[in-house]
Amino acid sequence: MPPPVVAVIGTGQAGFQTAASLRQDGFAGRIVLIGDEPAPPYQRPPLSKSYLAGDSSLDELWLRPETFYTQHQIDLMAGETVTAIDRTGHRLRLASGGEVSWDHLVLATGARYRPLAVPGVELDGVLPLRTLADADILRERLDHAHEVVVVGAGFIGLEFASVAIARGAAVHIVEITHHPMGRVVSAATSRFFTNAHIDWGAQVSLGTGVARILGADGRATGVETTDGRHLPADLVLICIGVIPNAELAGEAGLAVDNGIVVDEYLATQDPRIFAIGDCANFPTPFAPTGHTRGLKVLGRVRLESVQNAVDQGRCAAAQIAGQRAPYDKVPWFWSDQGDVKLQIAGITQGHDASVLRGDPEGGRFSVFCFRAGRLIGVESVNQTADHVVARRLLAGDPKLTPQQAADESYDLRAHARSLAGR
Amino acid sequence: MPKITYVHPNGTREVLDVPVGTSVMRGAILNGIDGIVAECGGEMMCATCHVYVEEDQLGRTPTQSEDEKAMLEFTASERRPNSRLSCQLVVTDELDGLVVHLPETQV
Repeated sequence: MPPPVVAVIGTGQAGFQTAASLRQDGFAGRIVLIGDEPAPPYQRPPLSKSYLAGDSSLDELWLRPETFYTQHQIDLMAGETVTAIDRTGHRLRLASGGEVSWDHLVLATGARYRPLAVPGVELDGVLPLRTLADADILRERLDHAHEVVVVGAGFIGLEFASVAIARGAAVHIVEITHHPMGRVVSAATSRFFTNAHIDWGAQVSLGTGVARILGADGRATGVETTDGRHLPADLVLICIGVIPNAELAGEAGLAVDNGIVVDEYLATQDPRIFAIGDCANFPTPFAPTGHTRGLKVLGRVRLESVQNAVDQGRCAAAQIAGQRAPYDKVPWFWSDQGDVKLQIAGITQGHDASVLRGDPEGGRFSVFCFRAGRLIGVESVNQTADHVVARRLLAGDPKLTPQQAADESYDLRAHARSLAGR
Repeated sequence: MPKITYVHPNGTREVLDVPVGTSVMRGAILNGIDGIVAECGGEMMCATCHVYVEEDQLGRTPTQSEDEKAMLEFTASERRPNSRLSCQLVVTDELDGLVVHLPETQV
């Protein structure tokens, strides 16, 4: 029998990790890593942070040097697009005309930026931020931009805003909801960051939509808001979220519902096909709906994060290598905005109670979020020690009460240690 | 250029020229040294670039921040007094000749 072939579609962090982990786990067959971006696998988080600011170089973005792929016999096909998955013939069809056969297939297709459907988005100066190519354009444009409008106050938009301000531009943040980052953080953390951006000099318009992008001679000159204001702009960043790249899976007959639907082993309904990272919709006890792990009724989420990409890449590789174990990692996230570091452990969305530990006025605090009396997630601002404890606690039953969390004299590390033996 | 020595758990030594301003972690990644994972890319969100600094060189290394101390709780291999996150060891001329030992595992 010829050695088995694992094909991985997507050269982002999840796809890269799958290939690297397969080799580390001793997989001896062929590994093909295919992605439509021309660059070898790179880190995405710095694109809206240090790389955009000019504080880190291209060299620092690569996940591994190019020699890594030859050394570990990973057949990297960068700049290649998969056009179809043939599930019966076990083949992938490529845009370049070739085919790749597979025994196991890992879909790490990621997500793409969600376009804003208003007139004027085609004007020069209206830009997304998702890929290295996007970041290179923005990095150069920020050298000359005077007035920047950021449409969408999620992680990316706010990180971009803080870099743009630091690079000397006037920044106006426009957000359709009343809570920046509201999809992922509590009201207290959202408020803190809103105020921080205002302190740094940004203008912030909440509850405000964009009616159209204004332009002259093919170039963007401003943004017209839904409440009729004209905000001048020579650079408009559109960052209103992403769309999971699930079309290939859907066309191959796999279930798609806000991403590619997988089970707790990250397998699709075809047991030889896995989906991981930004494109995967998976069951987890950390989901904001559904119920606790005790009852084994799990809600579903799709997460966009380094942690999720890396841990799911490892998990898929382990399944293929024959170590069957469900995916159960504690989610964590971070964001750098100005001199503020936000770290999140667990998923706080869906909490019904929250308590503050520390002092937002002093710029160091955590929000401990609970649902039905149980700790489900912690948002820490410049408070790494709390974040570390939170990750430990959430790996099992945290057994932490809101009263304990709010009491700064209560020793959280000792609490975590007392549970360590469980 | 400062020389940094990476010692694998089996005793194999690799000596690299690492430019000033580059971290000991990045030096390893760019040169394809297995044994440093650096899953968060140097953001101090994980502890997968853990190294043990040669005992008698500890005094030469930059001071440990509170954040690094906190994150060292996540090392997959035993945390020791000479444990550091190599993303926080930014190479300077003073660090020329630094020897770091790679742990058995990073995950």
